[in-house]
Amino acid sequence: SVPGPLSSNQTLKFFEAAATNARENCDLLSDLYLPNGNTVDTSSPASSSSLLNRLQLDDDLDGETRDLFVTVDDPKKHVSTMETYITYRVSTKTTRTEFDLPEYSVRRRYQDFDWLRNKLEDSQPTHLIPPLPEKFVMKGVVDRFSEEFVETRRKALDKFLKRVADHPVLSFNDHFNAFLSAKDLNKRQGLALLSKMGESVKYVTGGYKLRARPVEFAAMGDYLDVFTQKLGTIDRIAQRIIKEQSEYLVELREYGPVYSLWASSEEVLQEPLDGVGGCVANCCSALEELTEDMSEDFLPVLREYILYIESMKNVLKKRDQVQAEYEAKLEAVAFREDKKTPVPTDVEKCQDRVECFNADLKADWDRWQNNKRQDFRQLLTGMADKNIQNYEKCLAAWESLIPLLQDKQEAKVETN
Amino acid sequence: MMADTGSEEIAVIGNTDLTPSELENNIKNTMVEKGATLLKRMEINVAEAEKRTGKNAVSMQETYTVYLIETRAVDPSSEGANPAPPDSLWRRYSEFELLRNYLLVTYSFVVVPPLPEKRAEFVWHKLSADNMDPDFVERRRVGLENFLLRVASHPVLSNDKIFYSFLTQEQGWKEVVFETGFQAKSDSRLKALNATFRVKNPDKRFAEMKHYGDELQSVISQLLRVRARVADRLYGVYKVHGNYGRVFSEWSAIEREMGDGLQSAGHHMDAYAASVDDILEEEEHYADQLKEYLFYTEALRAVCRKHELCQFELEMAAQDLTSKKQQREELATGTVRTFSLKGMTSKLFGQETPEQREAKIKTLESQIEEGEEMVKDKNAESEEFVKNAWVDIERFREQKDRDLKEALISYAIMQISMCKKGIQVWSNAKECFSKM
Repeated sequence: SVPGPLSSNQTLKFFEAAATNARENCDLLSDLYLPNGNTVDTSSPASSSSLLNRLQLDDDLDGETRDLFVTVDDPKKHVSTMETYITYRVSTKTTRTEFDLPEYSVRRRYQDFDWLRNKLEDSQPTHLIPPLPEKFVMKGVVDRFSEEFVETRRKALDKFLKRVADHPVLSFNDHFNAFLSAKDLNKRQGLALLSKMGESVKYVTGGYKLRARPVEFAAMGDYLDVFTQKLGTIDRIAQRIIKEQSEYLVELREYGPVYSLWASSEEVLQEPLDGVGGCVANCCSALEELTEDMSEDFLPVLREYILYIESMKNVLKKRDQVQAEYEAKLEAVAFREDKKTPVPTDVEKCQDRVECFNADLKADWDRWQNNKRQDFRQLLTGMADKNIQNYEKCLAAWESLIPLLQDKQEAKVETN
Repeated sequence: MMADTGSEEIAVIGNTDLTPSELENNIKNTMVEKGATLLKRMEINVAEAEKRTGKNAVSMQETYTVYLIETRAVDPSSEGANPAPPDSLWRRYSEFELLRNYLLVTYSFVVVPPLPEKRAEFVWHKLSADNMDPDFVERRRVGLENFLLRVASHPVLSNDKIFYSFLTQEQGWKEVVFETGFQAKSDSRLKALNATFRVKNPDKRFAEMKHYGDELQSVISQLLRVRARVADRLYGVYKVHGNYGRVFSEWSAIEREMGDGLQSAGHHMDAYAASVDDILEEEEHYADQLKEYLFYTEALRAVCRKHELCQFELEMAAQDLTSKKQQREELATGTVRTFSLKGMTSKLFGQETPEQREAKIKTLESQIEEGEEMVKDKNAESEEFVKNAWVDIERFREQKDRDLKEALISYAIMQISMCKKGIQVWSNAKECFSKM
């Protein structure tokens, strides 16, 4: 059932329901194949969200008009008496006049990125801000300074900045400019620009009921709810596959050596048995590569999109709030005794804000949908490719074994 | 499909079992009078299996499976003419067991082909271990046919009359088997179990072969165990992919441009998940081939044990003869060279009369004569056994190397076809994804 337009209270409930749905959706997997009966914790901090390098290709689609290039690389560990943390090099190349120099190179740590994202969210409330990888990791479960973790996070931060840099509005944001170019980031700067949203939140918490969410935004909400569910399921399937593959690998690693052990007590069969053992070993390394690729490249993209959906839902919520504020003001005007005086300008301003918000959101939505299609096309063809490669490696191993086995046999028959 | 390829392959194994020169060789060594194996004169197959219900010995209702054995005489002169319809009869698994036990006892120098397993072992969890499971019954049918073909192509076993009547005489066969009295002989086999540690001069070749049998049994059972676990995991990997099928299809409902691609990619994921059933069913045939050799190791060790028994009996006879000779010496010279109870008693209770001594020497001499005859017989028996057994062990070794190499080749071919299927499905899926 597709929910119709909702009041803002209902909207909140709807979001809660959607979250519950997503959780329940996970239970769908319980009637899937679960050989051991144990389930995987989706919220495992070990798989902190991150992004993919290969998505860069998409961004080059409008490469001709691009005038701002940002990369995040070279992570470095800093140890001081107070704390230990990682900084990343943020390099910028640009022809934009907003920048004093054509090139910058600064070092930033995660909390700086977090600062930037908060600033963007506050100063560009009508826009969809790309997600950052999750901030918190459970101590002991994940080594925050391990090479894999840092690399996964680096990729995610790189993706975040690239998405901002490619955005027609966000890329001109002053905080973004400062983040890329300032030697020392003055995080107090712009503190005065505190959210204008504080005002509208009042209307929502005050129990004002939104008359109707316009159909197109209601459809976005519905879309996001279903998409969250599906991505959650795909994420769980992918994790389960990785788990099954790892367990398969454990058995295969034991399987190959049994052939070699057997070979040691045979004469004529020694070579064929060793050959089979070798083939199994080759298949092991091919599978290992596949599994590694799935967990390091496939899962992070899913996670980025799950967070992206959260960002998108936040923007939708804010839009509802702005509309609620406008409708409340409009109502107040309607109940005035003096109906002849013109509608006050602040009400008109409010209407403008709703319209701007709607326009910005629609543009971001279309852009996001387009990116999403490209990203998933690439992600899924990539997955297919990796599986094909795995099979091709195994195929090559087994095919090379056949002539070895057959030649030996023919040679033996001849000598007989 | 598996059954077809299975029986075909087995038939090939049976037919190529002996080259003419090998056959000649074996005939000389085993002194079999007939000129060719039964398989050259008769087509044999186990055509089908059927479930039956009846009363057993204690009048309890039981369900069992019977197998239809079809035989047809091969007449080389009438080649091309319409072959006569096959003769057929039904046998239970227990009758196959009886036949094998008879062969085992009667031809103790032969590495007797094993029967397929009575209960499913080393199976991966998806496979039923139920004796009445149709897949199991079918694999057993193939296994029993393979057993008959192996016996029918064996240079010695194939000429056995009991075996022939097993194939051709439905009624009264059991009685004929029991009339041979093979069970009485079988008791001596049990003694062989204890003989191992008492043999003074074991034959190095047989000792090595016995050791090899132990190794082979341990490594094949390990291989089968791990393979079953590998199959379990492979099944898991494939089946979990099937879930993509459903979620892609559900997801496609909310997408415009991506919808079609997702939907059809989902179908390919379904096909991928389903393909593992055939893959693993085919692999089960490979497992059966390995299992046959796992069970063969027991037959190999039985021959080695029988050899130990022969050797033990020979050594006992020789030892007995030596001690008799020593006793005669002692009586004749009146000296006790070594400590013996007899020596002690004669010292304690005084000397015997010369007549008594004379009578004793006489008895001993006739016993020595018998003993010498006995040692001679045992020696001949042992030599004969060693010669025959070694010929059959050599034959077995060649058969094993040939069969297992074939099995490995067909296993590699299975893996190749699995990889090709995998590449096919993922390429199809990739095509769908790239159109999104």
